[in-house]
Amino acid sequence: MTATHTLLVESLKLGYGDRTVIESLDLAVPPGRITAIVGANACGKSTLLRSMSRLLAPRHGHVLLDGREVHKMPAKELARTLGLLPQSPIAPEGITVADLIGRGRNPHQRLLSRWSREDDEAVAAALDATHTADLADRPVDELSGGQRQRVWIAMALAQQTDLLLLDEPTTFLDVSHQVEVLDLLTDLNRNRGTTIVMVLHDLNMAARYSDHLIALADGKLHAAGDPASVLTEDCVRAVFGLDSQVITDPTSGKPLMLPLGRHHVESSRMA
Amino acid sequence: MTTTPQAVVHNRVRRSRRRVLVIGVLAILVVAVYVVSLMVGETFYTLSEIWRVVLGETVPGASFTVGELRLPRATLAALAGFCFGIGGVTFQTMLRNPLASPDVIGITSGASAAAAFAIVVLGLTETGVSVFAIVAGLGVAIVVYTLSFRDGVAGTRLILIGIGIAAMLDSATAYVLSQAAQWDLQQAQRWLTGSLNGATWDETLQVALALLVLGPLLLGQARNLFMLQLGDDTAAALGVRLERTRIVVIVAAVGLLAFATAATGPIAFVAFLSGPIAARIIGSAGSLLVPSGLVGALLVLGADLIGQYAFDTRYPVGVVTGVLGAPYLVYLLIRTNRAGGSL
Repeated sequence: MTATHTLLVESLKLGYGDRTVIESLDLAVPPGRITAIVGANACGKSTLLRSMSRLLAPRHGHVLLDGREVHKMPAKELARTLGLLPQSPIAPEGITVADLIGRGRNPHQRLLSRWSREDDEAVAAALDATHTADLADRPVDELSGGQRQRVWIAMALAQQTDLLLLDEPTTFLDVSHQVEVLDLLTDLNRNRGTTIVMVLHDLNMAARYSDHLIALADGKLHAAGDPASVLTEDCVRAVFGLDSQVITDPTSGKPLMLPLGRHHVESSRMA
Repeated sequence: MTTTPQAVVHNRVRRSRRRVLVIGVLAILVVAVYVVSLMVGETFYTLSEIWRVVLGETVPGASFTVGELRLPRATLAALAGFCFGIGGVTFQTMLRNPLASPDVIGITSGASAAAAFAIVVLGLTETGVSVFAIVAGLGVAIVVYTLSFRDGVAGTRLILIGIGIAAMLDSATAYVLSQAAQWDLQQAQRWLTGSLNGATWDETLQVALALLVLGPLLLGQARNLFMLQLGDDTAAALGVRLERTRIVVIVAAVGLLAFATAATGPIAFVAFLSGPIAARIIGSAGSLLVPSGLVGALLVLGADLIGQYAFDTRYPVGVVTGVLGAPYLVYLLIRTNRAGGSL
């Protein structure tokens, strides 16, 4: 797989009903890298991701994949290049892990086509990559949150897209499972060159696991670039309205944000 | 350890064999109950007598009883049951909620009210009645969908609005029937709970044609419908065109339901029960459309046999299916309530 796809957002305006969520946004997703999008609640992160994967039509502007407008591309053709894992996908009652992962093959199948050898290979590879092979026959309802999230990612892997967008893939997971999921996505990026764009809640996880960090504030781009240059005390104040101290994470060398609340802070450090 | 595609193949083949087996068994059961309903009655006829009637020979007694009464009745039961089952599971799948069945959210009530109105007030017959039923069914589907639309359709809101509209339409049916003095109770039952009494070849043929035209249209969307179970966003991200799928599926399913309703009345709870029963026995490996249709056919055929011969009095088929369906509805409502109201 190659990572030569370009994904561009040009003067994009998005909204629901009377409400405008994103005013006018320009950004470029670096190919073959991991991009994390951060921002306060309701700043338009998920809306942006939905529009990038053609689930929400722009009010104005474009989302361009390799120079073509995603909203004008045939649905299945787009779904063979760009995958999206929404924030709360629904597992049908009683579905088994293997069946769920197999549904990721939909964009590769035609109306009357039989299940192909490539389909089986893709499902096997997805089971392996996500360490879910021994769960294959289990009903998804019975899995733990961390296992379930790995299964959903496996479904997105079975789709075999060069670009993968994920909306808060670590929400509701405890810290060890968060790390597991983010390590898995990093493997995917390093081994297959898959371009990853993910919305993350946790700033420090976003800074550690991304090559490119995008900070949104009130539907506008606040900053984008290398995490070390984006995640600054000023940025945290502007985006989240929070005073903080940003240090260098001794384990990763990436920036680490320490919030300064009203309590538990030594007086010399108060802003 | 790496998973070989062979392991995946093995697993998949095992489940698809099971699926084929279950569908086969269901089909055999439908045929068996169908044949039994041709044989039993006031007079018992043997298989060979029935076969001769089917071939067009004149068999004293059987030619009329089987050829003109039992055959159209059993055929209509199987076809209408199939339409109710497949139409019901389509709505339940699309709206991802077992309560969102067309007989709960007012679609069959609309078709039924319109059919009763067309017959009693306008004096229409056959095709005219079916057209009325379809227009009303589609109309109700559009009204319920539009009223519950606010940044997308929420299942719970749609179901509550649907239940309200169904209640309104059912009272409209009751009013129309009360204005028709010459109608007897048997006929009235048909439009209130559904009945196969007086089934004719003409009605049967209409339902068969509807199934022949709309069935393939619906089955063509089986895969998309199957993907919709994952939620709208996930399905769309996997290449499903949501709006187009919904329109095709709603038109085809409402058409099937309306034709069946125009012929038999709204046979209670068949649309509601068939999908969940099929899902229970077939699992998640594939589309539920055909299995639900077969379960629907089996339910109507079986319920009609019970209604006609199990008791001293003959009951219309809808009374029997109603007795089966009501407890399940109560069970679903209780379970929903315990789960904190999220359907």
